[in-house]
Amino acid sequence: MSLERFINQAISSWMSTEGPDSDIVLSSRIRLARNLKQYRFPTLFEKDEAEAVINQVKKRLEQPGEIEDKHLELLLMDELQPLQKRVLMEKHLISPHLAENSTHGACLLSESEEISIMINEEDHIRIQCLYPGFQLLEALQMANTIDNWLEEEIDYAFNEKVGFLTSCPTNVGTGIRASVMMHLPGLVLTQQINRIIPAINQLGLVVRGIYGEGSEALGNIFQVSNQMTLGKSEEDIAEDLKSVVSQLISQERSAREALAKTSNIQLEDRVFRSYGTLLNCRIIETKEAARCLSDVRLGIDMGYIENVSENILNELMILTQPGFLQQYAGGPLRPQERDIRRATLIRERLQMESK
Amino acid sequence: MVCQECNQRPATLHFTKIVNGEKAEFQLCEKCAAEKGEMFMFNNGQNYSIHNLLAGLLNVQPAYQGNSQNAFQNEKVIQCPNCSMTYKQFIKVGRFGCAECYETFSEQLPPIFRRLHSGNETHNGKIPARIGGSIHLRKNIEDLKQKMKEFIANEEFEEAALTRDEIRKLEKELNSAHEEGE
Ligand SMILES: [Zn+2]
Ligand SMILES: [Zn+2]
Repeated sequence: MSLERFINQAISSWMSTEGPDSDIVLSSRIRLARNLKQYRFPTLFEKDEAEAVINQVKKRLEQPGEIEDKHLELLLMDELQPLQKRVLMEKHLISPHLAENSTHGACLLSESEEISIMINEEDHIRIQCLYPGFQLLEALQMANTIDNWLEEEIDYAFNEKVGFLTSCPTNVGTGIRASVMMHLPGLVLTQQINRIIPAINQLGLVVRGIYGEGSEALGNIFQVSNQMTLGKSEEDIAEDLKSVVSQLISQERSAREALAKTSNIQLEDRVFRSYGTLLNCRIIETKEAARCLSDVRLGIDMGYIENVSENILNELMILTQPGFLQQYAGGPLRPQERDIRRATLIRERLQMESK
Repeated sequence: MVCQECNQRPATLHFTKIVNGEKAEFQLCEKCAAEKGEMFMFNNGQNYSIHNLLAGLLNVQPAYQGNSQNAFQNEKVIQCPNCSMTYKQFIKVGRFGCAECYETFSEQLPPIFRRLHSGNETHNGKIPARIGGSIHLRKNIEDLKQKMKEFIANEEFEEAALTRDEIRKLEKELNSAHEEGE
């Protein structure tokens, strides 16, 4: 398969750069957790209950009604190859738990992949809407549409006092997790991020790196999300997150301006060194690739680099993960082989730009 | 070593999390560990070596406090009739077994919800249109009754009468919805 075709097939609509503020906000996501009243939760249900949940959703799918144009397709985890599941995971369409540990896990995926409904994950149903750029309220609206459509025929576990009943008490009430993926190299380079994260935590929001483990944030990509789900409306939760993210956007913009003013040549040097590394590397580890990709994206946003598309960061952060590399290679790869493949893929991808 | 959560206080608690066979180290101060305790517990409970310590944080009432009658009640086994999960098991795994667990543990849950959700224990968001139909009606009636009181207080009797008619209409709707449901 040619790289171009491989990439075209691999790209979901959320990875494009069409959304608002997409120079800083890479994507916006809303997740709603729902359960069916008559079955035990996935932590302890039996196989027949898991099957019954899938069948109910399948039945609902026979009358797509207002969401017909989304072309939802049912994928059963039991029928997918490990590598296929891994690729869905790397695209953030399914969770590791659904891929690896679920009983009769499944996923309803829309054609453009902006909607993914996980079935038999930690909850019976998890509706996810993933949009490019800063579009939290749009994502919430879509999630609500799907939720209403499912509820027309499916009996949710809901009670008046505590709202939607979820497997984990951290999700009870609205069952909502609103999150935004942000590229914050300015705040990292100016070391403001260490001060900002605790401040955001104080507001009841969680900030974490989305790639990498523990406290590191590979590619300077951070996810900001709500923590509490009970006591506030879905709209208020999304609005509160939105206003914090708006402030982060303006702080990131001023950090970039300050960098351009005080250390323009140092920054330009850093950007072009990273660009050079990506253009010429023969072996590259995830960590280094992420750092260079972040630098190049910053260089594009700040006008140092022209003729390279902005979505290079989003796209290559996804495509250079182990699952995708192995899918592109057509078979399993040892870690060292992956580093070689990763370098080749990045070089070829950048060459496509200069054509 | 400074706490990686607040970056202020010294980290006195060190623990490791195993993700896909790889170790990740955590350094926290006691305050942050206590604050984050239930989060770690619920999200990754089984993977934390600090697990037992944190499990204690979920027990809102200290086990040996209060009069003997309370102590007796604490020892009584609370078990969900639908999925047979006991309250003890729920505290241990951090997950409910089924929707009925919420009813079964309803006396124990509010303090847990308050800890996890910034002091909140009641839902204030979406009500599903179909199964929540009568809840919508009841909420509307409550709102209108409040409004009617305000009209009366402001001596706007005409408005108050209109609101009263509206309330009666909704109450009729609510009653017929109930009859259909039975
Ligand atoms: Zn701390
Ligand atoms: Zn139960």
